Amino acid sequence: MVSGLRRPARHLTNILFLTAPLIGCSGGPLDPHGPVAGQQRLLIFNALAVMLAIVIPTILAAVGFAWWFREINPRAKRRPDFVYSGRVEIVMWAIPLLTVTFLGGLIWTGSYALDPGRRLESDRPTTEVQVVALDWKWLFIYPEQGIASVNELVVPAGAPVHFDMTSASVMNTFSIPQLGGMIYVMNGMVTQINLQADHPGEFYGRSAHFSGDGFSDMKFTTRAVPEAEFARWVETVRGSGQALDRAAYTELMRQSVPDRPFTYRSVEHDLFAAVTTQRIPPAPGPRSGRGGPGIEEKAER
Amino acid sequence: MLGKLSWDAIPWDQPIPLIAGGIVGLILLGVIAWIVVRGYLPYLWREWITSVDHKRIGVMYTLLGLVMLLRGFVDAIMMRSQQALAFQAGGYLPPEHYNQVFSAHGVIMIFFGAMPVVIGLMNFVVPLQLGIRDVAFPTLNSVSFWLTAAGALLVNISLVVGELARTGWLPYPPLSEVSYSPGVGPDYYVWALQISGIGTLMSGINLVTTILKMRAPGMGYFRMPMFCWAALTSNLLIVAAFPILTATLAMLTLDRYLGFHFFTNEAGGNMMMFENLIWAWDHPEVYILLLPALGIFSEVISCFSGKPLFGYRSMVLATLWICLNGFMTWLHHFFTMGAGPGVNTAFGISTALISVATGVKVFNYIFTMYGGTIRYTTPMLWAIGFLVAFVIGGMTGVLLAVPPADFQLHNSLFLVAHFHNVIIGSTVFGAFAGLTFWFPKAFGFKLDERWGQRAFWFTFAGLWATFLSLYMAGLLGMTRRMQHYDVPEWRPWVLLVRAGTVVIFLGVACQVIQLVVSIRNRHALRDETGEPWDGRSLEWSTASPPPVFNFAFMPNVENEEPYWTIKQRAVETQNLAQEPDYGPIHMPRNSPTGFIYAFFATFVVFAWRDKHEYEIPAEEVARLDRERRTARQAWLRESAVRLGESA
Repeated sequence: MVSGLRRPARHLTNILFLTAPLIGCSGGPLDPHGPVAGQQRLLIFNALAVMLAIVIPTILAAVGFAWWFREINPRAKRRPDFVYSGRVEIVMWAIPLLTVTFLGGLIWTGSYALDPGRRLESDRPTTEVQVVALDWKWLFIYPEQGIASVNELVVPAGAPVHFDMTSASVMNTFSIPQLGGMIYVMNGMVTQINLQADHPGEFYGRSAHFSGDGFSDMKFTTRAVPEAEFARWVETVRGSGQALDRAAYTELMRQSVPDRPFTYRSVEHDLFAAVTTQRIPPAPGPRSGRGGPGIEEKAER
Repeated sequence: MLGKLSWDAIPWDQPIPLIAGGIVGLILLGVIAWIVVRGYLPYLWREWITSVDHKRIGVMYTLLGLVMLLRGFVDAIMMRSQQALAFQAGGYLPPEHYNQVFSAHGVIMIFFGAMPVVIGLMNFVVPLQLGIRDVAFPTLNSVSFWLTAAGALLVNISLVVGELARTGWLPYPPLSEVSYSPGVGPDYYVWALQISGIGTLMSGINLVTTILKMRAPGMGYFRMPMFCWAALTSNLLIVAAFPILTATLAMLTLDRYLGFHFFTNEAGGNMMMFENLIWAWDHPEVYILLLPALGIFSEVISCFSGKPLFGYRSMVLATLWICLNGFMTWLHHFFTMGAGPGVNTAFGISTALISVATGVKVFNYIFTMYGGTIRYTTPMLWAIGFLVAFVIGGMTGVLLAVPPADFQLHNSLFLVAHFHNVIIGSTVFGAFAGLTFWFPKAFGFKLDERWGQRAFWFTFAGLWATFLSLYMAGLLGMTRRMQHYDVPEWRPWVLLVRAGTVVIFLGVACQVIQLVVSIRNRHALRDETGEPWDGRSLEWSTASPPPVFNFAFMPNVENEEPYWTIKQRAVETQNLAQEPDYGPIHMPRNSPTGFIYAFFATFVVFAWRDKHEYEIPAEEVARLDRERRTARQAWLRESAVRLGESA
């Protein structure tokens, strides 16, 4: 049964794939460069194909009947008493129920197979990255390498990456569409996502949840590089730049938009844990807002 | 009295809101001056502001909604213009202003545009369709309306005094807490919504009570028109969901004013709880807006196909299915919060299940048209446009209900395109269909057909130009609410969206012209008989506009289409039914309670009435109803002549 339904779905999927180049490689979910994003796109196309199979005939029937039974059509057979038919009713409940049953299967298997918290299987070692969303920039801490970067994420290509994520202040969404979508980040909490880039390349990433005035600039570049180049990058970062200690972090978490990405040669031990457990208090907001002088005092207090 | 308010609250440095506010202020002053000078003020006070007549309140609700839809549309044009200009540039709106514009757009469109139009139509139509004289609590009805109006006023004042929330139309904490939004924006938001939300809740209680307790003799539940079923389920959802909104906003208010920690980062606050609560209210809210629209299409498609609704009982079942199931899907708004595959699966499937009921409804509409005799009037065009838009919007909705797909599409412009596609395609199309359909009932003359059809075609074309482009931008990874962007692939789609808003604007302009042209030609468009469309339900059995008491005598309902039966009998026998014995009718007296309560809650005591009702003598009732019968008799003679000709 499933394979019987899948064949037309495959066919439609192929058509959709063929049209995909028309919309180019834009950094969006239709141009995947990793196993997670690839499966997500396949699922999107499959679900669309299943639904189009009833949506297109429905639209044609709606417009077709409406046109055929127009007042001035002498050939239309009028049946003003056709108000109930048990057979028609059974079919009209059965069609959407069957479609939803099938889609329910896609939802069920898809949700488990593509659970962002699930580790990706690979014979290459997993790289750990800790992500802190700040107002309005992204901090990436590499706990194994003891370094950190801002607004630039460098990962080895072809190997899984596991992200532990939190926020220093308001809610944000960590999102790299071409590698596999998004997950929310929140202060005092840790969320996870597992991604992998198949090939070396540059991918667009950003916050996908509105987070205040600097939201539009809250983007970063993901660079997937060969293993050897990743090791070289780590060495370069270790050799230059500031150290990320409490004082540097307190400075970094103020509201600002950096001009360009930069790195830290070392990271204070357990900084990420200190943020998530709120041993470092949440980052401050703006000092004042419109609406009278009293508010400003309140914010300072 | 002004508290902490000072001159700093007015955005002197931002010319756009100042000029816009100034122009709106001048227009308002002009209108008020005109009313005062022409001496209409006492009339307005006596007949409209203090009115407790469900028809007048319905008209005022709808008018408020339409004005606010225009205001929200201006916000939409501003947003899309900003995005068209802001490719690798700053555009003309700085972030702190742009963020208010998109927040205002959402708040105004949903709470003060769509809701009042929908509630207004229910208020006007439901008692007429049920064959009764007013809603259960007429004075409460007036209070509800004026509370909504007070909320709308508050949101619009924030344009000039202070600011509106810069947080999006649902103020997610901690961004909306004092630490990250120290301005007055979220305060405007919580008070405006709290006030209008209580109004909506009371209106819901009122209509539920009316439908459950006050139907005409013989009208059992399964003889109610579909629109009344839609109104019943929609208002049940209001009664169940709006208290959640009230409680959630109260918690946010306590956080902001008294240093509580419901949703803060610190001291154990949990922002995820806000998301749960606000969506537990807002997902039912989606169906509160959708269900009445589906009810309107049931009436319109059946009327203009010249057939009773196909599969009435299936339709009732599907409506109840949506009502119940609509309460169990809220989590699909945050699949990406990391709840885990089990929870996501459950809510994904429960969301997809909604489409079973909506699918059945669409099939029922199609089979209602099958075998009918379809007249292409403006309301019918909106209905056919709805079928196309709703099926496509529904499909993208179910796609978003697949959690792994949502991980890619959540918060993207694809999502924005989906809910606009559905809300405009169903609620807004439904509202326009309903307005054109029932306008002659409310005012005694039809709306101009030509301009109505032009409005439909422009809006329909604009809908696809705008929202297909937004779907594409979303599939290319463009996030919503961006003040500027630098990905070149998005640019053509953003420009197309902007062009689409121009086409929609033409549609809006046609609607305004339609209203002006129709008022000017009102004598030619006059509807004497009270039923311009060859209608089927009870609202068409009374005069247009209906007398204050709606029905001179209570109709006796024998089946699902009471008026159609009465009419067929009259045509067959070539005689109206026997003239009944007219009796005096008691109607509730008008009261300023609502107006005063909403704007000056403290002085409500001045609105006290010693007498709550007044009596309309039997002779007056008889005189008014005989006028209607004379017009009907004339129509009957004409129809006899027509029948003779066709035979």
